[in-house]
Amino acid sequence: MVDVTPHDESGVPPAEVPELELYHPKSWWTTYVFSQDAKTIAIQYSGTAIAIGFVALVLSWLMRLQLGFPGTFDFITPEAYYQFVTMHGMIMVIYLLTALFLGGFGNYLIPLMVGARDMVFPYINMLSYWIYLLAVLVLVVSFFAPGGPTGAGWTLYPPQAILSGTPGGQGAGIILMLVSLILFIIGFTMGGLNYVVTVIQGRTRGMTLMRLPLTVWGIFTATVMALLAFPALFVACVMMLFDRLLGTSFFMPALVDAGEQLSYGGGSPILFQHLFWFFGHPEVYIVALPAFGIVSDLISTHARKNIFGYRMMVWAIIIIGALSFVVWAHHMYVSGMHPWFGFFFATTTLIIAIPTAIKVYNWVLTLWRGDIHLRVPMLFALAFIVTFVNGGLTGLFLGNVVVDVPLSDTMFVVAHFHMVMGVAPILVIFGAIYHWYPKITGRMFHEGMAQFHFWVTFLGAYAIFFPMHYVGLVGVPRRYPEIGDTAFVPDSVQDLNAFITMAALIVGFAQIVFLFNIFWSLRHGREAGGNPWRATSLEWQTPTTPPPHGNWGDHVPVVYRWAYDYSVPGASQDFIAQNDPGTGIKAPRPA
Amino acid sequence: MSVILVFLLVVFGFSLWWLSQQRLLSKPWTEQGLAVDPSHRGEAAMPTAKIALGIFLAVVGALFALFASAYFMRMEYSDWQAPPVPSVIWANTAILVAASIALEIAARTARDGRIDISRVALAIAGAATLVFLAGQLVAWQQLSLAGHYLEVNPANGFFYLLTGMHGLHIIGGLIALGFTLVALSAQAPISGQLQLRVELCAMYWHFLLFVWLGLLVLLAGWAGDFIAICKQVLT
Repeated sequence: MVDVTPHDESGVPPAEVPELELYHPKSWWTTYVFSQDAKTIAIQYSGTAIAIGFVALVLSWLMRLQLGFPGTFDFITPEAYYQFVTMHGMIMVIYLLTALFLGGFGNYLIPLMVGARDMVFPYINMLSYWIYLLAVLVLVVSFFAPGGPTGAGWTLYPPQAILSGTPGGQGAGIILMLVSLILFIIGFTMGGLNYVVTVIQGRTRGMTLMRLPLTVWGIFTATVMALLAFPALFVACVMMLFDRLLGTSFFMPALVDAGEQLSYGGGSPILFQHLFWFFGHPEVYIVALPAFGIVSDLISTHARKNIFGYRMMVWAIIIIGALSFVVWAHHMYVSGMHPWFGFFFATTTLIIAIPTAIKVYNWVLTLWRGDIHLRVPMLFALAFIVTFVNGGLTGLFLGNVVVDVPLSDTMFVVAHFHMVMGVAPILVIFGAIYHWYPKITGRMFHEGMAQFHFWVTFLGAYAIFFPMHYVGLVGVPRRYPEIGDTAFVPDSVQDLNAFITMAALIVGFAQIVFLFNIFWSLRHGREAGGNPWRATSLEWQTPTTPPPHGNWGDHVPVVYRWAYDYSVPGASQDFIAQNDPGTGIKAPRPA
Repeated sequence: MSVILVFLLVVFGFSLWWLSQQRLLSKPWTEQGLAVDPSHRGEAAMPTAKIALGIFLAVVGALFALFASAYFMRMEYSDWQAPPVPSVIWANTAILVAASIALEIAARTARDGRIDISRVALAIAGAATLVFLAGQLVAWQQLSLAGHYLEVNPANGFFYLLTGMHGLHIIGGLIALGFTLVALSAQAPISGQLQLRVELCAMYWHFLLFVWLGLLVLLAGWAGDFIAICKQVLT
């Protein structure tokens, strides 16, 4: 161990920062509703995201009912099916995953993990949540708009997105969708600035960047990416709104709709695709990087072992973040692009596999000869690794142009992206919720219910998405409410579809157990204490649990070591907290 | 998408430079004690608000770079017909430059504690910016009077869209500037906090001026000419 305390104390920030201009709530409203405390905002973000996520869950049930038992349910018309598909995708990607990882975990964990009292701009942070809520409400309103929500698919490709043949295309559906997205981006930018600047400026004394837990690295990098990628979606949404409302032809070519020549002409749908995927691909990693970070911490804590290759993990996060900006067109191989472009984007796509594989190896090597405790958060973390590898491997197939072209727009693609950016990050979300639940509430969740939730979700997700790969391989296209009779799809596909639907219904119900557990344990869970997992990072060292407004009581913690001092040889305990000044190592006794 | 990629290259280059100063090569598992990042040391530390504004401006820059990318991609299509640039645009540009200069003066005098001059300069900057916005509306009117409506041609659409988007950002800045002016009028000895606020206003205005000059290059068609020359050289 090298002591890195500087000899020259001048210029070192003071150990005790003056209490920030924290807004001290005066009433119930400012404590619990219009709160500026990042932890309360985090819970508001998470609650809203999970609530709208359950709407998306129900939508997926409806979709599966149609696919599993076509023609049985009269109210699921093809139009309704398209609307379910669209809203399910949009809600899950943007309003659930992005909001929960960055708005939820970002808000809760960043200030606590870096040793700050709060975000650097609490007021803007509060605004961020309320604008997010507004975006969600606009989205919900679109369900009740005349003509219903948009059914354009979550990618909202023009020209069909704003034509009369698409549900909501000529109604209010698409307008409300675009407005909601624009609001989301504005709200997110406010929050995102906070997360980034808090990591840069809000760290406590001794907390260098290379001592940050990987969770913070993941959320930090993902936020930087989101700040640069979301503007692309913003531009696409604004320009499409112009096309829809003001009659411009940014994206709209000349076309005949229902026998009538429209006034549009000359526009480029491909332009929209470029803008959309310039946001869309980084979005995958905006969701994945926080998951990577959280999983690293979960595995290290529950395997009682320091993370293997911390530096490599940090560099890999940064490299993945940068590379993900130059792969977007691999979503557009079938758009008629020049083959050389396809070759370029296939190459960059496959290069991303290298830093990603480094991360996977490092997780596995962290587990190797660790003292593995198969508690629920750990189960979810392990399930993530397996699932992410699965989804990542099919990603290698689809990243190659020649393989992608025949598989494009089949259920294989649906299975792939659900594995890699649906199931995998959501497993991490569950693991993270179980992991930090004792800190957030002060109580333990019910172990039995949590185990049940894990096994049903994990096995059920595979029952849903493994067979879906085969369905896609035989050529079943995505976004078709019903295949009907074809020359190439065997009848057995229908049986498989019915099986997948049953699995989806069961997995969906298991989530109700999760929700019940969360609320039941609030009151009936046993007292957890401040640090039930015996973890090293700062959020577990707060003087009281749950942490109060301002987090640290009288003194902010001072950091003396990195976040992964588990099972240090000779130490009196199997972990040394980051704010533990001593070496914690007893002098070896002479034999 | 070349504009946004060049922009990202600049942002990534800057991030890399910043990261290179953060001891990314250190081995945290071998170290203990009160390590201190170089950027956290004393006076070298930038004010938090300034860093935040810098990052926000990077986001705004990405937004306009993406608009520019879309502009270049759309102009490749055969129906593209750029409208003539309304003459008032040049006067507007001069006024925005004047506002930026006034803000620079306000920031410098605020730093020296000469609050009277700072207050006047800030007010002049605000007024000039309002004139700029009015001038932009006149430009819209000139265009539409000449029959260059929004939906007639995508180039017209971009003209209204880009000037409008720029104007919205200016309005946001004006709100911040208004609050700063009020605070500046109420305070006799100027505080460091207030000096910083004036400085941030100046920073924002300079950036939006820079964006505006970029947009002008696009809308006046110079960028298209430049690209045509590049293509000829390459082929």
